[in-house]
Amino acid sequence: MNVLHFITSFFTDGAHWSGYDGIPTRLLEHLQYSLEALGLAALIGLPVGLVTGHYGKGGNTLTLIATAARALPTFGLLVLIVIIAGFGMLPVMIPLVVLAVPPILVTTYEAVRSVDRSPVDAARGIGMSETRILLQAELPVALPLILGGLRSAAIQIVSTATIAAYVGLGGLGRYIVDGLYQHDYEKVVGGATLVAAMALTTLGIFWALGRVAVSPGVRRAG
Amino acid sequence: MRISGLTGQAQRAGIEARHTPAARLKHNRSRLSPQQSELGWSRAGGNGQTRRVFGVLIRIDSVTKRYPDGTVAVDRLSLEIPDRAITVLVGPSGCGKTTTLRMINRMVEPSEGTIWIDGQDSRRQPVNTLRRSMGYVIQNAGLFQHRTIVDNIATVPRLLGWSKDRARSRARELMERVGLDASLARRYPYQLSGGQQQRVGVARALAADPPVLLMDEPFSAVDPVVRKGLQDELLRIQDELGKTIVFVTHDIDEAVKLGTMVAVLRTGGRLAQYAPPADLLSNPADAFVEDFLGADRGIRRLSFFSAAGLDLLTAPIVAVDATAEQIARAAQGAPYLLVTGIDGKPLGWSEPGALTAGSVDTGRLLSYGRPFVAGEDSLRSALDCAVLSPAGWAVAVDGEGRATGVISQTAIAEAIRGAHEAAPGVGGTTGAGEPKALR
Repeated sequence: MNVLHFITSFFTDGAHWSGYDGIPTRLLEHLQYSLEALGLAALIGLPVGLVTGHYGKGGNTLTLIATAARALPTFGLLVLIVIIAGFGMLPVMIPLVVLAVPPILVTTYEAVRSVDRSPVDAARGIGMSETRILLQAELPVALPLILGGLRSAAIQIVSTATIAAYVGLGGLGRYIVDGLYQHDYEKVVGGATLVAAMALTTLGIFWALGRVAVSPGVRRAG
Repeated sequence: MRISGLTGQAQRAGIEARHTPAARLKHNRSRLSPQQSELGWSRAGGNGQTRRVFGVLIRIDSVTKRYPDGTVAVDRLSLEIPDRAITVLVGPSGCGKTTTLRMINRMVEPSEGTIWIDGQDSRRQPVNTLRRSMGYVIQNAGLFQHRTIVDNIATVPRLLGWSKDRARSRARELMERVGLDASLARRYPYQLSGGQQQRVGVARALAADPPVLLMDEPFSAVDPVVRKGLQDELLRIQDELGKTIVFVTHDIDEAVKLGTMVAVLRTGGRLAQYAPPADLLSNPADAFVEDFLGADRGIRRLSFFSAAGLDLLTAPIVAVDATAEQIARAAQGAPYLLVTGIDGKPLGWSEPGALTAGSVDTGRLLSYGRPFVAGEDSLRSALDCAVLSPAGWAVAVDGEGRATGVISQTAIAEAIRGAHEAAPGVGGTTGAGEPKALR
């Protein structure tokens, strides 16, 4: 009985491919949690990182908040919020967002800060507004690093979204939690494999995004 | 001869072509001198029309920049920057030249004083409108690396709301004007050399045809050969477009070469001298300016005198197939003879006695150094030729390289004395305007 055997038997079992506990359903649930968490984290991290990076102020405060947020144990947070707010999506979303905001925020801030100052000076000198400078001169050059921050956040979210299962929700964590409870190691390994595959897919998606969204002038110059 | 400006601006101003140094010298007689600056209007050309030729476009009026920590970068500076000319701000680091430039487009706001642009307080209009009316060129070009060359140049027209097609076709036009090959249009900045990038920087600044061009040490980061090419190109473009250019540099040679007017600033942001380069070289205001100009300002000043008036001798020139009689006649009173080929091009110097009539042995001739072009080059070039020539005589050639005469160091020295007497320097007493440096 080795891991490979677990994997083959898990994926060849037809029962795992349909119904409310089937792989497609659990994948979609996992994807949904991950996308929602990433979207929320980006909604907070990107604007704050872009603006603070552009004005070059608040870097220390940001780093402090990010370090503090990273120190929060995700599982502990989950339990705490369940106690305070009861079961539901909230106890899952908050730890995931708290997990994902720091890498997005800090990398975005650093990415904008590290953009060569002379094109920015030129942009200001030829009469671009501050918003335009940020969006048209800084963002396109900072984009590879910003995408890198989003990518690490996304991978952490995908790997951690398994916690949803602890509070009675679905997702790929269901296989791991249930499998452990039922001593069904085939299920545990199968669930873990799916999570790993999803993380790798995320990597691939971000690589492709980089190819499409980043200008060749930035990509090849770096 | 007229050059058509991009928007007809040049025609309106009656800017004449100044491609040849001689034409430039002639043109410069009508260039602004400080005394004329108040007039703004003068009678130009021979066609009887009165047009606005030169005035003051930018007036810096006792401007001070003091930083919160108490540092004074610019101290009660007043400057009148003439229209359609290159004004150079030069000085050691910490003299406030860049701060001054950046106050013109309000990248830095003055603490005291006012900057007037075409008679209007620069604070009266929205800052980005002001900046879009001034081209801005910086060291290292500052190109947007995510945009292609053509889109970099099209930036300001796009900001001004031009359509993409119109902005791009304008950008391609500009590429040609600054000497960039059309094949570079779709490239990205990282694919270009430093010199090419700087040309793109100039093209981007010119794209919306602003009346003013602000240039902050634009050529400092490129090697000397490329820098010279860029300087010549700037002078050529300026001849065609007649912009009001404010140019910051720490290089006094660059200032003297490019400037119609040169403002020398001293540490602490105070004006040491504001004068045309020839006046600066002949009459530095004080020890600081003199020191900043360097040791050989006397020699450099000769760049402003044309070699056209030199009394060239043709007698000591013999052809390679000269007869004994011709050699003997030429040798009267000349220690050396210049031997030319059948085509009239110089071959080298020889003592008359060493020449064999009928066919001179060209292998035994002394080198004639580098000749100067009569009517184009300056007294500096002529003197340089004489000093470099083993015979101590300079060789003058025409545009095709044929020898037109020779002249001794002594005769050049006399011409230099004569030129200095005719143009004693500062104060504009000659009324001859400010000649531009020749070669």
